[in-house]
Amino acid sequence: MVTSITSFGRSGLYDWMVQRVTAVVLLAYTIFMIGYLLFNSDMDYMQWKSLFECTSMRIFTLLALLSMAAHAWIGLWSVTTDYIKPTGLRFVVQSGCGLLTFIYVVWGIQILWSV
Amino acid sequence: MLVSVYRYNPETDDAPYMQDIHIDIPGGKDIMVLDLLHLLKEKDTSLGYRRSCREGVCGSDGMNMNGKNGLACITPLSAVVVDDKLVIRPLPGLPVIRDVVVDMSQFYKQYEKIKPFLINDTPAPTMERLQSPAERAELDGLYECILCACCTTACPSFWWNPDKFIGPSGLLQAYRFLADSRDTATHERLSELDDPFSVFRCHGIMNCVSVCPKGLNPTKAIGKIRNMLLQQAT
Amino acid sequence: MNELRTLTFDAIVVGGGGAGMRAALQLAQSGLNTACVTKVFPTRSHTVSAQGGITCAIASADPDDDWRWHMYDTVKGSDYIGDQDAIEYMCSVGPQAVFELDHMGLPFSRTETGRIYQRPFGGQSKGPDNPTQAARTCAAADRTGHALLHTLYQANLKAGTTFLNEWFAVDLVKNEDGAVVGCIAICIETGETVYIKAKATVLATGGAGRIFASTTNALINTGDGMGMSLRAGVPAQDMEMWQFHPTGIAGAGTLVTEGCRGEGGYLINKDGERFMERYAPNSKDLAGRDVVARSMILEILGGRGCGPNGDYVYLKLDHLGEEVLLSRLPGICELSKTFAHADPVKEPIPVVPTCHYQMGGVATNIGGQALFPDKDGGHTIIDGLFACGEVACVSVHGANRLGGNSLLDLVVFGRAAGIQIEKQMREGYEAKDASEADIQRAMTRLNRLNGSSEGTAVAEVRKELQATMQLYFGVFRDGESMQKGLKLLGEIREKVENLYLDDKSHAFNTARIEALELQNLMEVAEATAIAAEVRKESRGAHARNDFADRDDENWLCHSVFFPADKTVGKRAVNFAPKTVEPFPPKIRTY
Repeated sequence: MVTSITSFGRSGLYDWMVQRVTAVVLLAYTIFMIGYLLFNSDMDYMQWKSLFECTSMRIFTLLALLSMAAHAWIGLWSVTTDYIKPTGLRFVVQSGCGLLTFIYVVWGIQILWSV
Repeated sequence: MLVSVYRYNPETDDAPYMQDIHIDIPGGKDIMVLDLLHLLKEKDTSLGYRRSCREGVCGSDGMNMNGKNGLACITPLSAVVVDDKLVIRPLPGLPVIRDVVVDMSQFYKQYEKIKPFLINDTPAPTMERLQSPAERAELDGLYECILCACCTTACPSFWWNPDKFIGPSGLLQAYRFLADSRDTATHERLSELDDPFSVFRCHGIMNCVSVCPKGLNPTKAIGKIRNMLLQQAT
Repeated sequence: MNELRTLTFDAIVVGGGGAGMRAALQLAQSGLNTACVTKVFPTRSHTVSAQGGITCAIASADPDDDWRWHMYDTVKGSDYIGDQDAIEYMCSVGPQAVFELDHMGLPFSRTETGRIYQRPFGGQSKGPDNPTQAARTCAAADRTGHALLHTLYQANLKAGTTFLNEWFAVDLVKNEDGAVVGCIAICIETGETVYIKAKATVLATGGAGRIFASTTNALINTGDGMGMSLRAGVPAQDMEMWQFHPTGIAGAGTLVTEGCRGEGGYLINKDGERFMERYAPNSKDLAGRDVVARSMILEILGGRGCGPNGDYVYLKLDHLGEEVLLSRLPGICELSKTFAHADPVKEPIPVVPTCHYQMGGVATNIGGQALFPDKDGGHTIIDGLFACGEVACVSVHGANRLGGNSLLDLVVFGRAAGIQIEKQMREGYEAKDASEADIQRAMTRLNRLNGSSEGTAVAEVRKELQATMQLYFGVFRDGESMQKGLKLLGEIREKVENLYLDDKSHAFNTARIEALELQNLMEVAEATAIAAEVRKESRGAHARNDFADRDDENWLCHSVFFPADKTVGKRAVNFAPKTVEPFPPKIRTY
């Protein structure tokens, strides 16, 4: 068995599963947003604000945000292990990706609950 | 016609180069690419390539012909030549030993990794182990693999991770033993494969399916391994 | 001269086909330090092309089947010059050897009861008194050889056998006592030449069908083991016996399994007549291969051949239906489409008798020990040298091999050679080391080739050799034309002695290998031609126009070709099986 300590779940099957589940969440979120925007084409700021003040929307959005983070991490981890062969450089890039993902998540939560 | 052949002799060449050769096919017949190589070798004996059965069952002469991997011995010129030109290169992604001969160690190593032999620790009967026609039918489309490496060397995931990703050929064989009703090592076999590289570097590109000279479908076998892993884990 | 690097093993097997890998497996399992030296990666060996199956009385198709019936068929098929003790051993041990293959994982086709599927093949009966067609050939669709070879390679990986893949054995090394103590070999990838030292050397190099222009054999079947043994002075037995398989695809030479006729296919001439009914009223298309091949040639010579030049006949399969063809003969459908541009589901396949199998070879006993027959009909055992598979002549095939018996021969006698070596090593077999002079003697041929500065080109001489053998030593032979052929071979021999190797590089130099192979082909062709001219009768695959009948009074014996003076002697056939009454010679009809 090939071992790797930097992958998301340290199991290929787990990573694969997470990637599929998060993809479904992101798809659902995308469809919902497109639908919502289409049905409310004359939407104003107040309506947009009230949408995100609703707890269920906040949960849905947070779920999508975390899904995006996990999905991106697994994807970028794959890409970096494919194309960046020097271990040191790959570790730096992977760390950068991880840090960026973390920042986006925290920042996203901050925005979401400041509405 | 014009044949452009990849040439490299490590003793005399600093770098590989493409050699252009004009050749008339005797009688204008639609010969196989391997026959064409024989004609070239009669003129220049230093041209190196592997060959054995010349009927597509031994898997020696896998090479890249006008951009697509295949077996030279069962590929007629009419199937690959474009504008009277044929470019012959070694299988991509493996080190070249000489001309179109590649070093296949990495490929064989991945094959060996999946324990390509039947494991059954129960005492063998004095006759054969019984297997129903339906159970045997599970092996069709798997056991026919000839280890020519056309699929594995057409797979980008193998190009990037030849040391970690088993590759389509090896995985086809892995499933061949997982699917055999006489094999009892299913759990161990699956545990060995459950890492992010061995199986899961397959991104379903399906180059393997499009080049397999025996018409086999490694992608489907990989999907079945994934399902078995999933079943074992949930 | 620099001293060669030496690799040391207890035993080496030269050849990675079915016989070689079965022997290697036996040796590896016994714990001996073994290496399998093979000029191609093992699964690229010619066993991979075997299609129809492995004949063996495992009593699946017929619960009452008996190995003695199989033995009778084999003796009759051999036209009574197969050694009956060896045939007895093969047929009786066979089932065990086949079950072992199943336990190793060979994906045999199955019957409804879950047992191994068996199909009818040529020359199969239910005993001397019952000519009913039997079904005794165990099959994995029409890819039995492929399945068997891969299974054996896999079993060797499991057993941890050392493989020297893409190493070419050049010549045998003999010590001062005349015992074989290994061989000289070239690592093809690097070009390095080494001495591989071993107390036991097993030749499992297969046949030499490439001596003929038209052959079902792979390009690698160049008789390397025969060449090595003949150059080492070891006589060769029954070299005139070459099987022409009835159904090679016309033009391409690729094999179409006898299993096609076993499943119900049959041959037709240009009038659409099923002509085998005339030649073999009982067995028809499933008569012995020699009988069918000759009948086909007679049809063609009689002006009833098919095609624009009337030079082939058709194998008709379409009446079997698409389902049977695709499940039982999928490989044939593929091959026919590729090489004959004919889809068997819709149209017949053009076929012609094509050189297929070398019945003769290095004489051995049942344990695979190579024998040195002398001119008085006796023999001694050659220490350290073993042979199994097509290169060996145990002899279980005599003058004509039955379909499906080659794969059985491989596993039974590969295994037997392994067992014999294991026994000898346990008993403390030792041989003197080879001296530097002994090693240099084995290097002579390679040194000459590497030092050649002018001479003839390999491809040219090879073509000439193959054309000569095809023309003068084919299905039908004739004293006068063979004399002519022998004279031409003499001229070719001179060119072979004087080959020019223009590419002397080291890395994967296939030109050097092809030159060495041509020299081996020459040895085999010469032995074949001389033995064929001397055997003045027709028996099995050896059919002479000038001696059209079998002559049991003078020729119910093996021929022995002595390389030292290029003469031919005789050796008695064994008629003393251990557990059954011998089968006396009878008129052979199908």
